[in-house]
Amino acid sequence: MPVAMTYTMGIGSFFTIMLSMVFVSNFVLAQFLGLCPFLGVTKRTDSAVGMGLAVIFVMTMASSVTWIVYHYVLLPESVSGFNIFSGIVGKNTSLELVLKTMSYILVIATLVQLVELVMKKNTPALYRALGIYLPLITTNCAVLGVALLNTTNTSEVLDFWAATIQGFWAGVGFLLVMVLMSGIRERIDMLPVPEAMRGIPIAFICTAMMALSFMGFGGLTG
Amino acid sequence: MWVWRELVRAAVKENPSFVLVLGNCPTLAVTVAVINGFWMAVAATGVLIGSNVIIAMLRKIIPNEIRIPCFVIVIGGFVTMAEMLLKAYVSEDINRALGVFIPLIVVNCIIFGRAEAYAYTHTAAEGLVDGVGMGIGYLFALLLISAIREVAGAGTFLGLQVFRGYQPAYIMIMAPGAFLVIGLLLGVINTIRLSLAKRAQPVDYARPITSKEMAAAGK
Repeated sequence: MPVAMTYTMGIGSFFTIMLSMVFVSNFVLAQFLGLCPFLGVTKRTDSAVGMGLAVIFVMTMASSVTWIVYHYVLLPESVSGFNIFSGIVGKNTSLELVLKTMSYILVIATLVQLVELVMKKNTPALYRALGIYLPLITTNCAVLGVALLNTTNTSEVLDFWAATIQGFWAGVGFLLVMVLMSGIRERIDMLPVPEAMRGIPIAFICTAMMALSFMGFGGLTG
Repeated sequence: MWVWRELVRAAVKENPSFVLVLGNCPTLAVTVAVINGFWMAVAATGVLIGSNVIIAMLRKIIPNEIRIPCFVIVIGGFVTMAEMLLKAYVSEDINRALGVFIPLIVVNCIIFGRAEAYAYTHTAAEGLVDGVGMGIGYLFALLLISAIREVAGAGTFLGLQVFRGYQPAYIMIMAPGAFLVIGLLLGVINTIRLSLAKRAQPVDYARPITSKEMAAAGK
């Protein structure tokens, strides 16, 4: 018999979430999520900023929608209090293990498509600025990563707002690192780097230095 | 014979981690210990082989316009299977260490990239061979990185102590160590590739000048 869950995160911990997601356990530098866009789109600062903004938007949306999916579709009614399929699967059947990956990736893919359509219609300027980066976000593992870390792979149960805010600040942390890295790579282009280290290898070495310096934030959240 | 050639191409010449530099999130995140790297590679290889074969079999049925959602469904199904199998047969500690990176195989660039660039245009047998070759290359990469990190950062290999009285460099099993190891490894591999490329086309200064070059110089 599954036990009903209680939410341990309160409104007072939002500041902790911010510090933790942006600095202490930054998605790129401490958790190794979203390395493909991190290396692929940081050759120039303006494209890094565009990608980062698009990721913040999609991460925030994805966090809230996957939280709803997890609690009201995947978890059994006896745990979360409500499940839209409980009439079919019963009160104690959990769909989590079987449908988690599939439902999340479909939610994210649909969301990205939806965001693209809405932006195209309502804010054409923003759409043109982000245009090419939007479809790439579907396969950004940071987005699926934040959804999983908010729901299934978390040590404490987050409520809806904590999950949404965690998604938002994780995106901000991603943007911060993207901008820093693009600045570094623009300068490296002008330096006499050995031929074998040019491009990705030297970018990894710089990332190591950044990760090392971000470890200095380690004590912030106590 | 094409099987061997394709295997070498997929595992060595197009090694997913060192040459294509794809799907590096799990490569760096789970390689704190050799055993974690091994299970990660096994899971990813299983998903890759399965999705390559199924997508190659369905390539005539899947319409071009909606191929990406179709790939996602196929890959997602195999990832769910891999996750449940690992939960059932592998120890709790390893499952916790791999954590979020097993479900994240579904957005792994290697698997997506092979589906799009190879399996969708090849037969099921070729997809199988490509999957096996890529898997061997990926396994090799993960074992190499995790061996370096575990020996340097914890002084152990597969949990067994390697040196007596060695003070481990903890930084190697933390985040910066991962970036450092793969950056230096890529540098070494690029050096080898550059010297191989130079050897393939040697500059022979001692050879006699041909009449064609004389004419070109005179012009």
